[in-house]
Amino acid sequence: MSVLLFTIIVLAGAFLAGLVGSLTGLGGGVIIIPLLTLALGVDIHYAIGASIVSVIATSSGSAAAYVKEGITNIRIGMFLEVATTVSAVIGAVITVYLNPGFIAVVFGLILLFSAAMMVIKKVDRSDNDTSGKLAVFFKLNGTYPTENGPKNYAVHRVAGGFVMMFFAGIISGLLGIGSGALKVIAMDNIMRIPFKVSTTTSNFMMGVTAAASAIVYLHRGQIDPGIAMPVTIGVLTGATIGSKILVRAKTDKLKVVFAVVVTFLALQMIYNGLSGKL
Amino acid sequence: MSLTRKNFFADRDIQVILGTLLRVGVIASMSVVLVGGFLYLLSNHSAPVDYGDFNPNKSGLSSIFAIFIGLRELDPKAIIQFGTLLLIFTPVARVVFSIFSFLIERDYLYVLIGSFVLMVILYSLSDKLVG
Repeated sequence: MSVLLFTIIVLAGAFLAGLVGSLTGLGGGVIIIPLLTLALGVDIHYAIGASIVSVIATSSGSAAAYVKEGITNIRIGMFLEVATTVSAVIGAVITVYLNPGFIAVVFGLILLFSAAMMVIKKVDRSDNDTSGKLAVFFKLNGTYPTENGPKNYAVHRVAGGFVMMFFAGIISGLLGIGSGALKVIAMDNIMRIPFKVSTTTSNFMMGVTAAASAIVYLHRGQIDPGIAMPVTIGVLTGATIGSKILVRAKTDKLKVVFAVVVTFLALQMIYNGLSGKL
Repeated sequence: MSLTRKNFFADRDIQVILGTLLRVGVIASMSVVLVGGFLYLLSNHSAPVDYGDFNPNKSGLSSIFAIFIGLRELDPKAIIQFGTLLLIFTPVARVVFSIFSFLIERDYLYVLIGSFVLMVILYSLSDKLVG
């Protein structure tokens, strides 16, 4: 395959990944990595390097739109980044010593989990009951603007959320994805942060976490300009257009269709990983 | 009450500056990647691709120093890689910015937390981590 054809295919695939990713809330990496490895025969270590760059692109690109609403809790983000940056660097350091087949299987399992999380209806469990000592000490409780003025919320189970974030960071560094589904578990289910705050805060953290592991990948030669170029441009363009049509689109059916596609890709990755084809 | 409102607006100002910072970072890096990508395709369009096996030394652009050397020679791949570097440093700039805003608010606990996060990222810059 020539460089031109390769670039065009990856560009088109990355554009679709960014578009569908921003419409469904799943990052671009879940499509990029299977596309590169299964369809184009790219080594998974290069695919991971390209994917992490696309995670940063989508995080910074959509954050620029999010911060206008002014509901990112920078303290929650910064506090949890202590966990995610350390673990992302650890994940990025060990990933090269792991068998590509093993990485593919872990990736497939995370994909299955993400697909399930996407179709399960999320419940906002936030409240303003008394929170723990840790949340008070780290000043994590906050307010967000509503039509009826600012609304207070309390953060719960800080230690549990911190541990879950550490795990999410390892997965992010290992696989080169944002691992948004795991961050949702930590912030929405464990710490009970309101959606309006958790979505934007998680996005803020994703970029910082990905930057930490991206530098490790770069040093190791996993970020190849020939792959990173079409992936970054494609994902960013797709995600930007996606976030513009998101306001008008009904995404429920799309989510189900996408969940089926992702499940199929996950099974392919697991099968290829187990049979040693990757 | 008036104090919290004041803080709320100060926070909003910071958020707006942050949003601009991120947008500028993304647009700058995308422009650089586009220029590099165009030049890269111009000279390499019919070369065969070979990414079947991971080879750490293949691109030769795996350190910031090497990227700047390549940039001086206008190597298209180094230009793309420089754009990627700008993209990577956009969220890092956001952390630095947050540390300063915590400093202004005299929230030293969070100056400390932010500095720790920054140190972790800077530590990953040293190539000690890559065996």
